Amino acid sequence: MIDADIVVGLEVHCQLDTKSKLFCGCSTDYRNDGPNTHVCPVCLGLPGTMPVLNKRAIEYAMRVAKALNCTIIPESEFSRKNYFYPDLDKAYQITQYDKPLAEGGYVEIEGDDGKERKIQLTRIHVEEDPGRLVHMGNAERGRYSLVDYNRSGIPLIEIVSEPEMRSPKEARKFLNKLRATLEYLGVFDSEKEGSIRVDANISLRGSARVEIKNITSYKGVEKALTFEVTRQKNLIRRGLTVDRETRHYLEARGITQSARSKEQENDYRYFPEPDLRPLRVQSWLKDIVLPELPDARRERFVQQYGCSLNHARTLTGELKVANFYEAVVAGSGNGLCTLAATWIADTLTGELNYRSMKIDGVDAEKFTGLLELLKSGTITDKSGVEVLRVMLDERLKGEINETPEAIVARLNLAKTSGDDAVLLGAINEVITENQKAVEDYRAGKNGALNFLVGQTMKKTRGRADPGELNRLMVAALKSTEQ
Amino acid sequence: MAVHTINFEPDDRYNAFLKVCAKPTHGEGKLAGIAIAVKDNISTLGIETTCASKILKGYVPPYDAHAVGLIKSAGAAVAGKTNMDEFGMGTSTENSAFGPTLNPCDTGRVPGGSSGGSAAAVAAGMVRMALGTDTGGSIRCPAAFCGIVGLKPTYGRVSRYGLIAYANSLETIGPMAKNVADVSLLMSVIAGHDRKDTTSHNKPYNHIPSADIKGLRIGIPGEYFGKGVDPEVASVVRRAIGRLEEIGAVTVPCSIPSMEYALAAYYVICTSEASSNLARFDGVRYGPAVDTKKSWHAAYQDMRKQGFGPEVRRRIMLGTFALSSGYYGKYYAKAQIARENVRKDFARLFSDVDVLCGPTMPTIAFKLGEKSDPLSMYLSDILTVPVNLAGIPAISAPCGKVQGMPVGLQIMGRPFEDERVIDVAYAYEQAAKP
Repeated sequence: MIDADIVVGLEVHCQLDTKSKLFCGCSTDYRNDGPNTHVCPVCLGLPGTMPVLNKRAIEYAMRVAKALNCTIIPESEFSRKNYFYPDLDKAYQITQYDKPLAEGGYVEIEGDDGKERKIQLTRIHVEEDPGRLVHMGNAERGRYSLVDYNRSGIPLIEIVSEPEMRSPKEARKFLNKLRATLEYLGVFDSEKEGSIRVDANISLRGSARVEIKNITSYKGVEKALTFEVTRQKNLIRRGLTVDRETRHYLEARGITQSARSKEQENDYRYFPEPDLRPLRVQSWLKDIVLPELPDARRERFVQQYGCSLNHARTLTGELKVANFYEAVVAGSGNGLCTLAATWIADTLTGELNYRSMKIDGVDAEKFTGLLELLKSGTITDKSGVEVLRVMLDERLKGEINETPEAIVARLNLAKTSGDDAVLLGAINEVITENQKAVEDYRAGKNGALNFLVGQTMKKTRGRADPGELNRLMVAALKSTEQ
Repeated sequence: MAVHTINFEPDDRYNAFLKVCAKPTHGEGKLAGIAIAVKDNISTLGIETTCASKILKGYVPPYDAHAVGLIKSAGAAVAGKTNMDEFGMGTSTENSAFGPTLNPCDTGRVPGGSSGGSAAAVAAGMVRMALGTDTGGSIRCPAAFCGIVGLKPTYGRVSRYGLIAYANSLETIGPMAKNVADVSLLMSVIAGHDRKDTTSHNKPYNHIPSADIKGLRIGIPGEYFGKGVDPEVASVVRRAIGRLEEIGAVTVPCSIPSMEYALAAYYVICTSEASSNLARFDGVRYGPAVDTKKSWHAAYQDMRKQGFGPEVRRRIMLGTFALSSGYYGKYYAKAQIARENVRKDFARLFSDVDVLCGPTMPTIAFKLGEKSDPLSMYLSDILTVPVNLAGIPAISAPCGKVQGMPVGLQIMGRPFEDERVIDVAYAYEQAAKP
């Protein structure tokens, strides 16, 4: 089986970053507070309460719909999705069913074949988040659960794609693009815990469709789908059939597990929410103004700063990275466009990932200072990486906050120059200590020169300019020749 | 503002109250010092609110319904919470988990429902006014059976915020009192826009009843005097309409063909909405907890089986069925079409006549226990439910007696013409004075 036979569709739930909840005035900023502290009679679903729609949430959703090229439906409708669960205080979720806010649209991604592809969207609708269960105790000490309704009523949009992704990797790219777009729109904060939840549908050609429910991380989507591909391929290889079913993704173990059949039998008994009027948004359409979106910014980075397409893609893939790049470029009077692109897209993102750090933790001014040192030839690329690591580690520990210049001085990382006694001393030491290589070189083996240069580089901890060192080494070998 | 206290010690031999507030406080205003009884499905801050159901026993709302806030601001004293059919589901107040209310006119008979406690409290003179709620006739029926006045306002004219929902798209809070002037006064306090209820309209009610109805055109729908309507009741109501003609009204015979499906549509819609509204009563947040070590869904089943009475369980089952996938189109969607036809019929009639008149109920108050099968009880709602389906205002005013029991004249009007149905009721009341 080739991978073109994989079909993936996603249902992505994102929390909209509004100040107040979807149907009441409670604050959405609950993550640092105790359970059930951001609640009122409405979001607790107390008897007699009624929902009042937060217009801002609808505006946010409309921005998303417009940015993703959807058709916004002038009159949509809220419905009740009825089911029992202890975290659902009204025993129904107010959502949109047969009349969603928007239909159609697409997300453009770079496909696995390297070509731009449009992943079509089915719809976008608005709904409320339920509360949250916290499971306590264990088998020996008696199990029980606590309910926290702080999350109850947080506005969500659900973005449903057509089944048009052809690999777990494409699904990941779709999500990354979606996240970037939502962040550019200022309606979503991907760093908030639980701000995105994904249901993924996957089928292999000729097999039943499997739904993986409630994946809560970006990486999780790719991992869960990769696991499913392997699981389903194995079944097919052994001549077994893939059941049409719902599965849960167990993040900690990286596997999917069949949901209990009871959970698959829900009849949600949708009907229009009688406490809300139909949602008419025609007159709001003109007020929906979009900022520059990731694709446009990527093109601009190529045009304006001369970035490579790949660098531009990486830099614009996250709003904060793009903003950081432009801050650095602006801070250096536009003299560092390509150097900054390389150092941010390649080096910095790698070092940040390694430390699980966010780019917010990096001081743009100091980073610019580091690039200036590189550009002026004060330090080598290798020393540059070392300085950067020190800067990030210090930041991570929250200790000292040195300037790059101070780090260079403290660790003596300044590039050696031709008449540097240390460098010349090191060359002489290497020649003395590696007579075999010297002889090899003189016997015409050019590889030996590389070895000798490498040894010297090691002794000077990368401070030497490679070209210059090469030249000095050749000269030293010549002068010591009998 | 000065806070006063009144003593409220009613002789409640009719079981009208579920909870009496012995020394309620009140402030100044239009309703200063008037004791007002509040139906127990309307949320009252700090006062237990049960909807006459075991499942809400012990639930004390942390907030006032909008209408309760308004009557308090107008100086009224909340005298207590009145008995009702559990969650408003019934026409006799016999479906209360806390025993039936008796009709003050004849304690062997029901007071009507579901606002039977409010009607009995007013009829027995325990309070001057009461708040009731009307989903399919629940204000007008007990008003008719107990011989008082009850207004079902236009849908959206009084905020529902705090009214514990039974069927959101049909129901409303409304005033009940012994005379039209008091009903009008209470309406003037509770009507108006509330931003917490997005189905409410900005249509305040500032009206002094007028008895001048010269030239008023009254439609007399044949269906209101046809099959199933007690001939004696019909003739009392015809005489009352004759009285309106004597003081200047013109009557026009007419027909509401959609009434054939109104009752069925009503019961599909109200049970569907109820099945969803009442799903939140699962024992997690309110009501006496069932002591159980079972898993949550098994515990929910126990809780709901023990907490709801038989009529509530029946309606939840009916509504759940009507909304089920595969049946939605057959029941809920069809009921909406029937509802639209009722609306259109009323709109057509109101392009010709100003109000429609007929009996409120097809019979006088039944004897306690008389309607033991649910269907015959449902059939007694036939004359009141069309108004709820159409969302129009209607009032029931006492217009005579049959076998010593009161009969109600029902006056139905155009949407947001609550003032006009008040005026017609007032005109009749003045003309009928001995």
